[in-house]
Amino acid sequence: MATFILKRVGLALITLWILSVIVFLAGQVLPGDPGRFVLGPLAAPSAVHALDHTFGTDRPVLTQYWSWISHFVQGDMGKSYTYQTAVAPLVIKALGNSLKLAAFVFVIVVPLGIAGGVWAALAAGKPRDRIISVVGLSSTVIPELVSGIVLIVVFGIALNVLPISATAPPGAGLPTQLYHLILPAIPLVLILFGYIEQMARAGTIEALNSDYARTAILKGLPRRTVITRHILRNSLLPTITVAATQVGYLIGGLVIVETLFHYQGIGSLIVTAATGRDFPMLEAGILVIGIVFMVATLVADILFSLLNPRIRYQAAE
Amino acid sequence: MSIDAMPVESAAAIKSGRRELRGEMVQELLRSKTFLVGAAILLFWILAAVLGPTLVPQDPYAQNLNLINHAPSSAHWFGTDQLGRDMFSRVIVGARSILIVAPLATLLGTVLGTALGLVMGYFRGLTDDIISRFVEAFLAMPVVIIGILGVTALGPSNGTVIAVIGIIFTPLIARTVRSAVLLERNLDYVAAARLRGEGSLYIMFVEILPNVLPPIVVEFTVRLGYAVFAIVTLTFLGFGIQPPSPDWGLDIFNNYGVVSAGYWWEVLFDALAIASLVVGVNLVANSIEQVIES
Repeated sequence: MATFILKRVGLALITLWILSVIVFLAGQVLPGDPGRFVLGPLAAPSAVHALDHTFGTDRPVLTQYWSWISHFVQGDMGKSYTYQTAVAPLVIKALGNSLKLAAFVFVIVVPLGIAGGVWAALAAGKPRDRIISVVGLSSTVIPELVSGIVLIVVFGIALNVLPISATAPPGAGLPTQLYHLILPAIPLVLILFGYIEQMARAGTIEALNSDYARTAILKGLPRRTVITRHILRNSLLPTITVAATQVGYLIGGLVIVETLFHYQGIGSLIVTAATGRDFPMLEAGILVIGIVFMVATLVADILFSLLNPRIRYQAAE
Repeated sequence: MSIDAMPVESAAAIKSGRRELRGEMVQELLRSKTFLVGAAILLFWILAAVLGPTLVPQDPYAQNLNLINHAPSSAHWFGTDQLGRDMFSRVIVGARSILIVAPLATLLGTVLGTALGLVMGYFRGLTDDIISRFVEAFLAMPVVIIGILGVTALGPSNGTVIAVIGIIFTPLIARTVRSAVLLERNLDYVAAARLRGEGSLYIMFVEILPNVLPPIVVEFTVRLGYAVFAIVTLTFLGFGIQPPSPDWGLDIFNNYGVVSAGYWWEVLFDALAIASLVVGVNLVANSIEQVIES
């Protein structure tokens, strides 16, 4: 088990390192002269040169990469071109806001998706199953941008029942904050519901057709016991992994939802940084998202292997 | 049995057999309701993209400052925007940019991804391992975020969006092609070609490629849906096509600030157009996938 985890952590670190190289190349080498971007086309070459020197972007590429990444791992993510302050506190604050929204979404969508999938599987092939599957599939293909706008127009404007700004007034308590997050959470819930529902449905159907389920039924156990004690335990396994791999999709969705609903999260931070060509902030935001994604995948893998003896034994061998 | 007695199909027979199979697939597609509905939606938007400018009631660029932010009416079915431009005309003509950019981006990704996947699957070994690591790192990031990074680095334009989305799709498609090639590379026909002394390039592109085409076709149609999704998102965030072109994502980007003032028609119809195109592409992709798999 320890070797399994070590191997996984090692792979994740290599992937993160490659990601950091990609982000660095795209952020600091491709765009050319950052001093020119900040000062504009009319600035004197000497001023541009001086600013490049302050940024440290006149040094060789390898030196730049090393100084960037070695500071990054110590928590120093550089200085924002736009705000002229350290990037790290801004990124961490934004990440906190995003995690709040993401957690809210997961708390809603995971039970909902699992319940929907199991409920559909218990009526496999019947109208109830088909309705749930069609709803799940169609909610997955509709872009968050579209569902977000429809929600804003219907609930925020026409009915005027929910706030269309995700940011609660300062000093508001948790209930008010969550109240402001209801509308932004729905597009993300819709996207994820389909995936989780389909995995839970497939897992449940597989478990229902298995020998141990048949044995349990033939043994005369009540249907409820068979479902809760034998079937759910097995069908939920793949669902957990799927839920964790969806963190990536969720973060992609956050970019749109946070922009649409004016929420100060990591998604809107990246958009703001990209619009202002604030590369240190952009790179930090993207790398932090990469780390979050890796950690989530890692936790899912480990959780899955802990819950699934087959993988645990394979890893031990 | 001697080797001479083995029934050997002529190349012509194999070719006609393939053509027959293709004909059957097309017939099965035409019988599928899912496909017909999806194709009808797609056809509608393709017609709008091609003929739109000649069909629409008003010039989508024409500003009319006496008609700013007017609600939908019989004169302006979808209302007017902040510059008094007719939203109906803009939505219809707006199909053009996405229907050019999305297929080109997907095609670029498919061509690059197929080449990369063939190399990875055929050579395996170290080449495969190294490329796989990069693919993995790429896949770790949401498409939209890599897209923002790429477009910011290269400057926003349609060409950049095509290049960036194409490059993002490359590893995804390469992964699919790679696993299909892994199944093919040990088959007899590949060994035979190798014994004939054919070069690796010939074997990859002439022998193996035709046999892995079905998953590539499926991958292309599925990716096309994602491309629409990703491009609309990038344009909405301000990283795609630039004003004043009529474009769904761009119009939403420009107008969503005034939605809270009650001017919902300036974004809703664009959003619904996006939804219908995405649904149409997905319906077609699903039915093609089903036909090819059966």
